Amino acid sequence: MKHEIVEKNVGLLAVLILVAISFGGLAEIVPLFFQKDTTEPVEGLRPLTALELEGRDIYRREGCVGCHSQMIRPFRAETERYGHYNVAGEEVYEHNFLWGSKRTGPDLARVGGRYSDDWHRAHMYNPRDVVPESIMPAYPWLFERTLDGEATPAKMRTLRQLGVPYTDDDIATATADVRGQQEITALVAYLQQLGTVLEGTR
Amino acid sequence: MNNLWGDSLSSFWSAWIIVLTLGTIAASVWILLANRSTDKVPDADGNIETTGHAADGIEEYDNPLPQWWFKLFILTVVFALGYLVLYPGLGNYAGILGWSQEGQWEEEVADAHERFTPIFAQYQEIPIPELARDADAMQVAERIFQNNCAVCHGSNAQGSYGFPDLTNDDWLYGGEPENILTTLTNGRNGLMPSWQQLGENNIENLTQYVLSLSNLEHDEERAASGESTFLAACAACHAPSGTGNTALGAPDLTNDIWLYQAPGQTVADSIRQTLRNGRNGHMPAQAAYIGEERVHLVAAYVYSLRFND
Repeated sequence: MKHEIVEKNVGLLAVLILVAISFGGLAEIVPLFFQKDTTEPVEGLRPLTALELEGRDIYRREGCVGCHSQMIRPFRAETERYGHYNVAGEEVYEHNFLWGSKRTGPDLARVGGRYSDDWHRAHMYNPRDVVPESIMPAYPWLFERTLDGEATPAKMRTLRQLGVPYTDDDIATATADVRGQQEITALVAYLQQLGTVLEGTR
Repeated sequence: MNNLWGDSLSSFWSAWIIVLTLGTIAASVWILLANRSTDKVPDADGNIETTGHAADGIEEYDNPLPQWWFKLFILTVVFALGYLVLYPGLGNYAGILGWSQEGQWEEEVADAHERFTPIFAQYQEIPIPELARDADAMQVAERIFQNNCAVCHGSNAQGSYGFPDLTNDDWLYGGEPENILTTLTNGRNGLMPSWQQLGENNIENLTQYVLSLSNLEHDEERAASGESTFLAACAACHAPSGTGNTALGAPDLTNDIWLYQAPGQTVADSIRQTLRNGRNGHMPAQAAYIGEERVHLVAAYVYSLRFND
């Protein structure tokens, strides 16, 4: 074969490189777009409320995902500690995914309901107050800042375009639902629903 | 356990994956073999025509891959085919080994179940006060406590602001084995309402009265006027004597133990804050997280903390 032909025609080389590297994605990713497991929500999954959604954005803003994963892998050591492993159907309303890849702190995929609201508030204000060994930073400003909710309906409309089933009512009341709430309240509301749609650990 | 990875691909997508995967391997092999030889042969003097690329006088030959390199590529192809026969990779074909991520997890869980169930079953039979004296059992129980309870109650079980100390003999919901077991299994929801509506004057009087119950420094006059309010408003839960009621989780106010005294806060200020804003204590139910057998063990561990004086 004349590899010279490929090597001396940059356009042809580029096309063939694209073909070669896209095959992995075509085989591994594209079929998932058409599989029920990955495209349909698990039973009982609901979109985040306006307050939880704002909490999720605070979670992203503060970079929680840098130290906390939300991905329980199917190993006994993980399911014993954190609960049922993640399934794709739980994540269909997630835009973007917050799976993370680093566990400086524990996984949070199923932290919902695990601790009391008061614990989360105390912990976020100063982690050392409740867990003396903790190296997590404190987030005291979450207690001072409040939400105005002005952007909340726009966020929900965007998510609706991406397939999250928000109703017109949800969007209409969104601003009123979050206006004046402390940021910490929104964050705790978000944390307390994490992973609660699948019950049981074993 | 739901069948979460059970939905198989449609036959179209299965075929799609198989064709792409095998096609890619076949194409790789073809490229490998097609480049085995070169049409540039040495002339009579042993000179070989180069590709014509030259940099600083160094020219590039057009030789095929060295043998060892070629064989390494062949080895990767053999490995890939072997893998695809043994493990799932080709669409819906499950592989000879029948391996799956979910199956591996189930196997791990089943192994652990077989190993640990008899141990926990044996502990389950032993009454809590007796189990609390069993050093081996308590070693197991301590680990469970550290993993699940220490986050709120502290690794030394002495609690912190808003989270009860489990090492003293002040029990919101009772410290008998059955009380501890109920708390762990079902969780608890404590509710102290806000008494803002009584007005700041009454709140101050009540604060002084509550301070007097624990023999702390207080304003005699205000405490005296707070007593009648206490009997009217607080005694229903905290008892007329202020000793509380474990059936309701109403704390004893006479023992100078203050669950909600924040770091750096005076007792008086914490009482004022409680009266003004109320409190919501919440102990999450643990049975769903760790299972009844482990709840039994942890209950014994919590019970055993009283022996550590």
